[in-house]
Amino acid sequence: MFFFTEGNVLSWATFFPLVGAGIIVLMMIARAFAGLDKKLVDEASRWTALVFSGLSLAAAVAAWMLYDPSVPGAQLVAQVVWIKAFNVEYFVGADGLSISMVLLSGLISFIATIASMPWWSGEKAAEMAGMVDHDHGHGHDDAAHPKHFSVRMVPGYMAMLLLLQTGMMGTFAALDMFLFYVFWEVMLLPMYFLIGVWGGPRKEYAAIKFFLYTLAGSVLMLLAIIGLYYTSQPYSLVDGTRAAHTFNLLELARQGQTGVFASAAPILGFAFTKIVFVGLFIGFAIKIPMFPFHTWLPDAHVEAPTPISVILAGVLLKMGIYGILRFNYALLPDATAWAANAMAVFGVINIVYAAFVCLAQKDLKKLIAYSSVSHMGFSLLGMAAMTPQGISGAVLNLFTHGIISPMLFLIVGVIYDRAHHREIEKFGGLASELPEYTAIMGLAFFASLGLPGLCGFVSEFMVFSGAFPVFTTYTIISATSVIITAAYYLWAIHRMFLGKLNKAYVGYPDLVWRERLTLYPLAAFAIFLGFYPQFILSAVNGTLHALVQNIRPL
Amino acid sequence: MTDLLPLVDENLRSAGLFRPELALTFGTMALFLVDVLWKKHPGRPLRLAASALVVLAVAAGLLAAQPVGASTLFNGMAATDGFAVFFKWLFLAAAALTVLIAAPGKEFPPERLGQFYGLLMAVVLGMFLMASATDLLMAYLAIELVSMTSYVLAGFKKGDRRAAEASLKYVIYGGVASGVMLFGMSYLYGLLGTTSFHALATKIQALHATGLPAAATKLTLVVALVFVTAGIGYKVAAVPWHMWCPDVYEGAPTPFTAFLSVGPKAAGFALALRVFYGALAGPSAAGGLPAAVGDIPWPAVVGVISAVTMTLGNLTALAQTNLKRLLAYSSIAHAGYTLMGLAAASDLGVQAVMIYMAIYVVMNLGAFLVVILVAELTGSESILDYKGLARRHPFAATAFAIFLFSLTGLPPFAGFWGKWYLFAAVWERTGGPGGGWWALLMLVAALNTAVSLYYYVRVVRAMFIDQPYAVAPAPVRTATTYQVLLGAASLAVLLFGVWPTPVLDWTAASLQIFKG
Repeated sequence: MFFFTEGNVLSWATFFPLVGAGIIVLMMIARAFAGLDKKLVDEASRWTALVFSGLSLAAAVAAWMLYDPSVPGAQLVAQVVWIKAFNVEYFVGADGLSISMVLLSGLISFIATIASMPWWSGEKAAEMAGMVDHDHGHGHDDAAHPKHFSVRMVPGYMAMLLLLQTGMMGTFAALDMFLFYVFWEVMLLPMYFLIGVWGGPRKEYAAIKFFLYTLAGSVLMLLAIIGLYYTSQPYSLVDGTRAAHTFNLLELARQGQTGVFASAAPILGFAFTKIVFVGLFIGFAIKIPMFPFHTWLPDAHVEAPTPISVILAGVLLKMGIYGILRFNYALLPDATAWAANAMAVFGVINIVYAAFVCLAQKDLKKLIAYSSVSHMGFSLLGMAAMTPQGISGAVLNLFTHGIISPMLFLIVGVIYDRAHHREIEKFGGLASELPEYTAIMGLAFFASLGLPGLCGFVSEFMVFSGAFPVFTTYTIISATSVIITAAYYLWAIHRMFLGKLNKAYVGYPDLVWRERLTLYPLAAFAIFLGFYPQFILSAVNGTLHALVQNIRPL
Repeated sequence: MTDLLPLVDENLRSAGLFRPELALTFGTMALFLVDVLWKKHPGRPLRLAASALVVLAVAAGLLAAQPVGASTLFNGMAATDGFAVFFKWLFLAAAALTVLIAAPGKEFPPERLGQFYGLLMAVVLGMFLMASATDLLMAYLAIELVSMTSYVLAGFKKGDRRAAEASLKYVIYGGVASGVMLFGMSYLYGLLGTTSFHALATKIQALHATGLPAAATKLTLVVALVFVTAGIGYKVAAVPWHMWCPDVYEGAPTPFTAFLSVGPKAAGFALALRVFYGALAGPSAAGGLPAAVGDIPWPAVVGVISAVTMTLGNLTALAQTNLKRLLAYSSIAHAGYTLMGLAAASDLGVQAVMIYMAIYVVMNLGAFLVVILVAELTGSESILDYKGLARRHPFAATAFAIFLFSLTGLPPFAGFWGKWYLFAAVWERTGGPGGGWWALLMLVAALNTAVSLYYYVRVVRAMFIDQPYAVAPAPVRTATTYQVLLGAASLAVLLFGVWPTPVLDWTAASLQIFKG
């Protein structure tokens, strides 16, 4: 690795996008003062976003290659004291929990950045999508001909997108509890603006709902973090100073497993670990999103522009599960054992309930959004079982869902850019007009419904087989979702792509290069992982199996 | 015949440690003088602003030159210590920013600007004394100095009905509050025979050591403390003494509203810490509030006031459409948060209050600056006129968004650190008396944070997402002073957020409170 070393690779992956965002902000200031041409600044900010997002992906890939699965514990560590007054460190690193998420985050971010460009779209498709800039300087779009998000206030969009990428990568890389929280919150602001400014008709509502739900969860998380910090035992900072308490997640995990938190004084008669567990869990469950905290997700997805849906489904939802594993499982093993059954029940509700909701959807994007809720339930069920297979399946599910659901949202974006609606019933017979699109759609739908040979199947199978010995009844109930899932996907295909071609869609252009660039890599990954899931599993298994072995009443 | 020589000596010695205050006193007079001298001068606003800044700069220089260390002044009436010096720096910064904000503003006609600056210096002097008072008499006089001048400044806009209403409400509420406070102080003096905070602490302790003698004594003590708390609660706008706040904020000239929302509030907290930390210092040698004075657990009482204040402030702010009123209710909510630090009554609690106030000065003044700027553009403070601000004035809109998110307490903005320290201070108490109920206070504060997000983001939404209310107006430019101030304040909020160590270290080093 010519440039990246074990010590800096994760920091580069995290901060490359931030550097890009800074450059774009400077461009915006330069434009305001020097009166640069709008088109020039737009193009320059697009290139900046693409380059720095690409560099971040390169760093993430380098991290994946530098990571050695045979070594236990955290690797690729960078650690310096950040805020000495509160014993906070800048401490990033990767272990089996996070390394796959770092790779996923880099990949999906880059794909979302490509999907944010109006380039390589072909004349006709670009015209239909509203990407061609007919703006004559009056600044904002009229309601009848909405402009495509990729040509509206471009520098602002690109800066926010890059800031979001920094937040995501940082959240996965952070091994300091405080740093984790800062990155976690840093994601909120750009997400709010990306949905609220560049979103669809009900964007204001969707954006504030997302913001309020997530913040309500994260303030509970904040309280839990303060509680954990003040209960922790002394530990040394990296510069050797002895500190009375610590934010170091690895050390906190060690203390948690030796029962430091389990023996802490109860709060108002409730066990400390249970209260902290619930606080953290609600914060993360909102992000997953777990029933009954899931209602922000369909709104956010439906209103968000395509690349933001891609990031939301591909990376942000994963943080809920990741956080539960990193915090609840690692730090509070006894409370995790106590809550396992409840988690499984919620997982089953997610899986089955959301699948039924999918059946009733008329809007294709909403259908896919609910299918995300359903699929994230698999992770909950798998990790609640505490079996090696279950937990590996749960984490593999994060990755496979992180590959499949961005594909699905990109597919929705393709048709929405052309038709400007997503009503399943209004389409029909698209297969004859858009054969390539239909093929890639078929691949994504089948991957999502768990067809053997594609990646969705492996993780679903692992979750079911891992959960069956522990939660037999729950697993059987969840398994019915396989049929429901097949039903809603096949029915959607039937209504949209088969049958007689609806006259309104004659002459629609098939996939253009921008769409190919985003869809084909993901499709390749979906097939590759379907045959070779070891690619992910070999990197994550060691850490995960050690993690579940520690889950026990203390 | 008593020997007067020691008294003269003491006064001379004290005067040496009282130079910043003296500078402000003479500066006030000098400002009124130059106000008359430059009556017809064309460059009047600039000259007056410069002279006001010179006065503040002289005071700042003298403050910086003051020897480090704690000692009493004027026979125990006041004290100089790290704690007081920290707050004095805050007041100077707030005053300097207010001078700069007021100079290019349209709310002050040039012929009255001199009076405003003069009176502002008098308020600063009062706040200096509030932060260093160690005697009930001094505390009362300092509060009155701040209040009296504030009444005048609140009604500064002649012929404006809202200003007249604001001033009148302020006077009436203020008069009642200070009367009640004085009444409580007289009880304390009658009961314990002293007005010095330190002596009060010793005597209350002695009273407890002997067991409270009679029910009547106990009741008197409790009533006196409630009354004193009311006077201070009025200054920081804590519920139920907050009613004046929205009307006064709305009616007062906006630069003064901005100052009012940070300066006297910080001074109120400084005095509150001195009273609760000094006069009511508990039996433990380490200091801090005892579990109970007169069998009443005061920290818990303050905790309840805190919870009620932040909840009421936030819930009422949800319905506001006038930005000044919205910020007024938000400032009530922030008083509620800050009271958590007072309730914690520990070193960390004191530090939390100091950090919160330091950050609050910057972010709230910044927020009000945007309100002033928009009012000059549109002539209105209604949220409707903020629609589409991001297009008309992207810089102001961005800066405002930063201040609002910082007020919410989101990282990586500075406001997060204030909240973090307050939460941490309250958490420390969960190990002591009250236990888990303190965790409940934290929960209330945390949920309040989520509530507050809603109304702050409503403004952000209006600026960035909503289409302009009327026909999209052209982009505009504003006074360079405003641009520079906005840039500096938003940069400070960001820098503090990412690199808070200087503020944290500074407050940690300023924790020394003189206790006699």
